[in-house]
Formats: sequence, structure tokens, C-alpha cells
Amino acid sequence: MAQQLDRLKESPSQTAGPYVHIGLTPNFADIGGVYPDDLGAAMVSDKTKGERITVKMRVIDGAGTPLKDALIEIWQADAAGLYNSPAERRGAADPHFTGWGRRATDMVSGECVFETIKPGRVPFNDGRLMAPHFTVWIVARGINIGLHTRMYFGDEDAANAEDPVLARIEHKVRVPTLIAQRSGETYVFDIQLQGDDETVFFDI
Amino acid sequence: MSNIVAPNRPPEAGAFFQRDRDWHPPAFTPGYKTSVLRSPRRALLSLNSTISEITGPVFGHDMLGELDDDMIVNFAKPGESAIGPRIMVYGRVLDERGVGVPGVLVEVWQANAGGRYRHKKESYLAPLDPNFGGCGRTISGDDGSYCFRTIQPGPYPWPNGPNDWRPAHIHFSVFGHGFGQRLITQMYFEGDPMIWKCPIVKTINDPQAIEQLTAALDMQATLPMDMRAYKFDIVLRGRRSTMFENRREGN
Ligand SMILES: [Fe+3]
Repeated sequence: MAQQLDRLKESPSQTAGPYVHIGLTPNFADIGGVYPDDLGAAMVSDKTKGERITVKMRVIDGAGTPLKDALIEIWQADAAGLYNSPAERRGAADPHFTGWGRRATDMVSGECVFETIKPGRVPFNDGRLMAPHFTVWIVARGINIGLHTRMYFGDEDAANAEDPVLARIEHKVRVPTLIAQRSGETYVFDIQLQGDDETVFFDI
Repeated sequence: MSNIVAPNRPPEAGAFFQRDRDWHPPAFTPGYKTSVLRSPRRALLSLNSTISEITGPVFGHDMLGELDDDMIVNFAKPGESAIGPRIMVYGRVLDERGVGVPGVLVEVWQANAGGRYRHKKESYLAPLDPNFGGCGRTISGDDGSYCFRTIQPGPYPWPNGPNDWRPAHIHFSVFGHGFGQRLITQMYFEGDPMIWKCPIVKTINDPQAIEQLTAALDMQATLPMDMRAYKFDIVLRGRRSTMFENRREGN
């Protein structure tokens, strides 16, 4: 018999449930005094380099109703296209930008707002540049395993057209599900869990 | 700051092992009714990890408050403590290669000893405990070990079937070193007969995977006359070694 690989199995996922905010954004859930702030609440400071942007997100179920109990995390490069992470080996990212944000969707409107900067471009595995994007992760009651997707920018047509990940999407009609449209000073990004406009989710 | 990297070794930057989607629950699980309208129906687009998924933020121990890992007192009035069976939950964060993962942010939340959450949308008639908030967090040490103190949560009824109850459980959010490792799960308690009746537990197909989420009572680690101990190891996705990885130009 051959040798054993001695691999463990990843812990199986379970839904975050309806009370995910108690654990991850307790101040938002009116549990004050335990942590000074909700983690991931502030992404930028006065010293952060780059263009300030506002992004409004919602998560919408198969009946067209925005989720009022979802939690969204985003992860993005800094303005120069570097990640503030030890695994980033191309250079030092802006120390005044964490690149990571976490928001609960509003309990009435289902909306959440990220105040951040526009990310720079980062390379795909073969060295070609990807278009500016956020990596997005969504959990909620009824979602058994966190959903990974991306958000691109509607005013980056040229970069989006050559993005190697968007190019992997076989049905081009689905590409716009990953592109936030600019409306005035704000980008708007609706994540559709189901239906004709179902957002492209990734197995990464 | 936490020492998340062994000395003389650069931070790991390999791609993650592919997720075993048969081990995880599928998105669409009609027995758990809320999943019906919240489950994507199209195939996920498979993508080798890029730098956007391989990287992730890190959290230093300096962000932790002194009581963050102690839910018995972190919401309690001075000198008071939460009601319920006192327990410690300890274990290691490992990856699929069996290696301890240091510097992992572990955030937990749970109901009180009566099975009631401190939340405005919670309607179960069990009383709130004025000294129990229900959230805690810690960061794994150099060998991946972590520990926190809490009270054992109670089971609670929930609107799904006409008479569905959750087994006692603690919710875990685990933040490894790459955004692609992000994981939320739940810990159950050894010997609880409610585990095998729960529609949320039953979203997982493989009984061995359910056992993996069941913490073991450890009477050796108990603090005599104070608290019992439950051991709960967490496994994150492994990552490939970058040693012999093809590197193309411009990368
Ligand atoms: Fe729960």
C-alpha cells in the first residue's frame, strides 16, 4: 500500500446565522463596551493615498428582497496596486491603508456603505494586469458557505475589457453582474444571489 | 505585533488547496428553508487563486483588549459574571497540511445559558442575562493554539419547521492569512443528542464532517472547582509550496 498523505480536512462551513453581527460587528448590534470599535469599520485615514470613493452594496435574494442580516467583507489593493499583507512580495503597501473592510447590511434598507479608495491594478498569475477590483465575501443566514465574488468599476472599460478573470466568464451577458456602476459620487453594487441576473460567484 | 512568521522563513504565498465542496454543505439545502432563496443556482466559476485571494490582512495581538477572550466577564458589571456552566474552549488552528497557523483571528459569538441572544431581532422567551454580551475574540499563538472562556450556551428554538431547535453551539469566524481561507462555522458539544436532529447541521452530508465540528470534553484540561474544558481544533485550507512554482516573466 502506498504511503498516507497525512492531510487534514478543512473544517466544514456552517451558516453565519441571523446573529452574525453580535460576533463580527457588536457595536452595530448595540453590544457596546466590549470592543472599542467594530473591526474593519474604518478603511482610510487622512494619510491614505489615492482617490476617495464611496461604494454602496446590497445583497438581494431570489425574490428580489435585499438581505437585512448579511455581512460583507472586501479586500483590495492600495492606490499603487499593492496589498497590505505579509504575502505581498512585490513591495510595501501604503501603511495608512489596511485594504480590508467589513460592513453589516442595514437592518431596514439592506444597504451598506464602504468609504475607501480606488485600488490600483495588480497582476494576474501570468503577469498580465487585472482591472481594479475588490475581492468580496458575503455571509448571512441561509448562506451555508461564504460566497466569494469580485467588484469591478464601471468607469474602467479599457481595463475591464482586458481583465483575465472577466475574460474567463463564458456567458458575456453575466460580466456586468461584477461591475459597479457610478451614480454621481457613488458606486452602486448589487449582489444577486439568484435569478436571471445571478452574480458570478467564484470557487477560488 | 504577533509573530506570524517563523524566523528565517518568508511569509507563505502559495495558492490554496482546492476546496472540497462535497465536505462542505451545498448552497441549496431545502431542509434549511432560508437557503432556498439565498443559494446561487449557477455553477461557481473556478479560478486558481490570484494574489487577490492569496493575500489577506493580518491582525496583531496588540489590537486585543484584556478581556476579549473571556465572555464570562467581558460584558459583565465589575465584580459580576455571566450565569451558566463555566467552560473553556481551547484548540489549535491548523491547515490541511497539519501545520499550526499562528496569527489567526478567531471571533466567536453565542447565545446565553438559556439559549437567548442579545439581539433586537431575537424573540425567544428565555431571559437575557444582564452580564452576558455574547461575543469574544482571540488570536492564535505561534503554534496555532487558542483559548477562550465562556459559559455553555443553551439550545434554542428557531423558525424553520414547526418544532426545530438548534443544538447548543458557538459560532466561529476564522481569519487565516489569505482572503481565500476565510471561514465561518459552528462548534457543537460532544454527546448532545440535538446535533443529529438539526436542519442546519444536516446541511452537511458526511457524518464525519459533522464530527469534525463537535468539540470533545477534556477532563484533563479542566480547572478543578472552576470550569470544564472542551477541545476544538479548526482546520483552514492548506496552501501549495511556491518552491517549484512556474514563474513567468513579469511576475
Ligand atoms: Fe446560533
